[in-house]
Amino acid sequence: MAKLNLNRVDMPIQDPKARGRNFSEVTLGYNPELSLEEALRCIQCPKPLCTQGCPVGIDIRDFIKPLREGNMEEAVRVLKSKNNLPAICGRVCPQESQCEAKCVVGKRGAPVAIGRLERFVADWEINSAYKAHVELPKPTGKRVAVIGSGPAGLTCGADLAWRGHQVTIYEALHVAGGVLVYGIPEFRLPKRIVQAEIDNIAALGVEIVLDTVVGRSVTIDELLADGYHAVFLGTGAGLPMFLNVPGENLNGIYSANEFLTRANLMKAYDFPRYDTPLKMGKRVAVVGGGNVAMDAARVALRLGAEQVYIVYRRSEVELPARHEEVEHAKEEGIIFHVLTNPVGFVGGGRGLVTGMECIRMKLGEPDASGRRRPIPMPGSEFLLPVDTVVVALGTTPNPIIAATTPGLQTTPHGTLVADEETGKTTKDRVWAGGDIVTGAATVISAMGAGKRAAASMDAFLKGGA
Amino acid sequence: MYPIAAREELAPNIFLFRIEAPQVARKAQPGQFIMLRVDEMGERIPLTIADFDRERGTVDIVFAAVGRTTRKLAELQKGDSIANFVGPLGLPAEIGRFGTVVCVAVGYGMATMVPIARALKEAGNRVIGIAWARQGEYLFGLDRLRAACSELIVSAGNGADHSSFVIQPLRQVLQGGQPIHRVVVIGPACVMRYVSLTTKPYSIKTVVSLNPIMVDGTGMCGACRVAVGGVTKFACVDGPAFDGHLVEWDLLLARRCTYTGNEDQLSTFWQCEHCAQW
Ligand SMILES: Cc1cc2nc3c(=O)[nH]c(=O)nc-3n(C[C@H](O)[C@H](O)[C@H](O)COP(=O)(O)OP(=O)(O)OC[C@H]3O[C@@H](n4cnc5c(N)ncnc54)[C@H](O)[C@@H]3O)c2cc1C
Ligand code: SF4
Ligand code: FES
Repeated sequence: MAKLNLNRVDMPIQDPKARGRNFSEVTLGYNPELSLEEALRCIQCPKPLCTQGCPVGIDIRDFIKPLREGNMEEAVRVLKSKNNLPAICGRVCPQESQCEAKCVVGKRGAPVAIGRLERFVADWEINSAYKAHVELPKPTGKRVAVIGSGPAGLTCGADLAWRGHQVTIYEALHVAGGVLVYGIPEFRLPKRIVQAEIDNIAALGVEIVLDTVVGRSVTIDELLADGYHAVFLGTGAGLPMFLNVPGENLNGIYSANEFLTRANLMKAYDFPRYDTPLKMGKRVAVVGGGNVAMDAARVALRLGAEQVYIVYRRSEVELPARHEEVEHAKEEGIIFHVLTNPVGFVGGGRGLVTGMECIRMKLGEPDASGRRRPIPMPGSEFLLPVDTVVVALGTTPNPIIAATTPGLQTTPHGTLVADEETGKTTKDRVWAGGDIVTGAATVISAMGAGKRAAASMDAFLKGGA
Repeated sequence: MYPIAAREELAPNIFLFRIEAPQVARKAQPGQFIMLRVDEMGERIPLTIADFDRERGTVDIVFAAVGRTTRKLAELQKGDSIANFVGPLGLPAEIGRFGTVVCVAVGYGMATMVPIARALKEAGNRVIGIAWARQGEYLFGLDRLRAACSELIVSAGNGADHSSFVIQPLRQVLQGGQPIHRVVVIGPACVMRYVSLTTKPYSIKTVVSLNPIMVDGTGMCGACRVAVGGVTKFACVDGPAFDGHLVEWDLLLARRCTYTGNEDQLSTFWQCEHCAQW
């Protein structure tokens, strides 16, 4: 047996200088030779640990095997039997803390680059004439309404269609995909890829109805009375949080949702070909340290900002964003102001923001979250001159559904009360999963929740109860 | 796609479009709005529901063709379709039995006030309408508004301080001796502001219908945030109706004008020339 290579095969990537000015995908993906080389690093464990780390339980070993043997169709089939959105997951999942964290090869060197292999297999399918054939069972005659077309709703809908139920997905916006289309930027997740995955789900017979705000255009109770046997709520956590400091409503201060929605969903980066504008300055501060903050900072750079700062109140080690995203941001020239917290904004003519008042922080004892608590240092206030600010502090669920659906119980955080294993809510015939239950989390955890709920709903629908 | 069932130019550059959108018509209430996108390249803009017909499944919108999107919209003809039409959004107007209500309608408000005035009258209120335009030719739809009100005062033109010809009739009503229980006003932000200033000394509850810039219209982006009584609200879900005495008007006007002109100074007084609401 050949000696195990302890280093993973690098994935080709766009040059940082060039990519900081374009919206094309940053990472370029493996070619067949590279994918084979990396796939050969997998030792095909008899009891693979990687799968235990996967929230949707992909048979990782078993899709890598045909990949090594050049049987791409079989690799696609194995992969897609557990994951309906693999081209997306291969790009945005935090594999380093999931499957790859468990991989045994990781005990001696770098773990197998499972995410990159997943992406390679999924992209192969999208770019080939081959379509994984799904044998749909006989229709059960049961109808399910899925609310929201993000990863939770898409996964739940697809799994229910696989089981023979008739699924309609209702989406408030004019495009399906949720955060995948309005939040995560083109250069990290091309919309062509998202659309291809959604088309595959539609091909299962899942109907997608756009332009429908459930709670306003139609209520959950009306859907249940209208012939749907069950409802899944996957409406995400779309309500942006603000700092609640003076001056925050000045012009030029955006929530990350507004900034990213204008840029990604509405394609402001291609203004005036597209009608939606995005007023961008030269010095941009992004407040927050998660993936969303990194995305916003990198979008700002691509839209022509000269200086882009990440302003984060804890230190660099606490940054919640994926390590890879932080590295990419730094390579592109994003400037990090850590241990810094905004306390207010000042503005000039036309109510436009001109500066952000900040205070320096130091780290104290660990708090309830286990991270060291940031403490302001009196007298360290200073003014950071900026003309655009993006607030990326996180989101909570939109209250429209809870407010218009009697019987649905919410937590003090605004999330829905639902059984962790099954997603069953406090209301009869209604399930929920994804960010609406957990608060803002990840694509794959939303998909996992959609999958578990689909299994529970299927049991309910087939039980004939 | 949402077909245009009827199109009419009500006044110079002011259009009524009747859109086939049964799911919006089915649930629409006075005071709510829709978001639309004209075509695949289009932006999303909010427009107030001017009327609806549940049986025919149509919704009326009225707009002045002044901005990028409204001009594009105005070029469409009966039989054409628009790409997206979502609603009804926002909270319905508060309809109750208040007593005597004054409804001030300016600009597109002359159309969008109709269902609100009608509902208020049906709820047992005496409804005094005031319609105003800069010039007589911009007065439109008065018959429908008159029918919706108990009484309609029509005024046109500008006084020396620009505002007087809409404020004067309102003042006369306020000083006329009869108790006024509520004022509702729909129109350009500066008109709503001056109406609110006028009623404030009388402590009469004054409801304005705010129309900040919006992106999604569902509470997702915060573009529409307004300050009311020192608290930040999202106009698309908490509104669009708010207490005019509590609204921070300078902020609203500044935020509305984010994408108009590039001057350093913002005219927050009465009808700045770029204002998309005229
Ligand atoms: C900028 C950004 C970057 C991110 N990066 C990553 C990453 O790299 N990796 C990762 O794993 N996760 C990432 N996430 C998080 C991830 O995208 C979310 O956790 C995931 O999308 C949640 O899925 P969901 O299906 O629960 O909800 P969402 O994706 O939010 O979808 C909910 C959908 O429901 C619709 N909806 C809401 N209310 C209604 C209603 N009343 N009626 C009808 N439809 C409604 C919404 O319009 C939306 O389309 C990122 C998030 C953001 C914002
Ligand atoms: S744990 Fe690593 S080496 Fe073992 S099967 Fe999974 S990917 Fe291959
Ligand atoms: S328009 Fe986006 S939150 Fe109101």
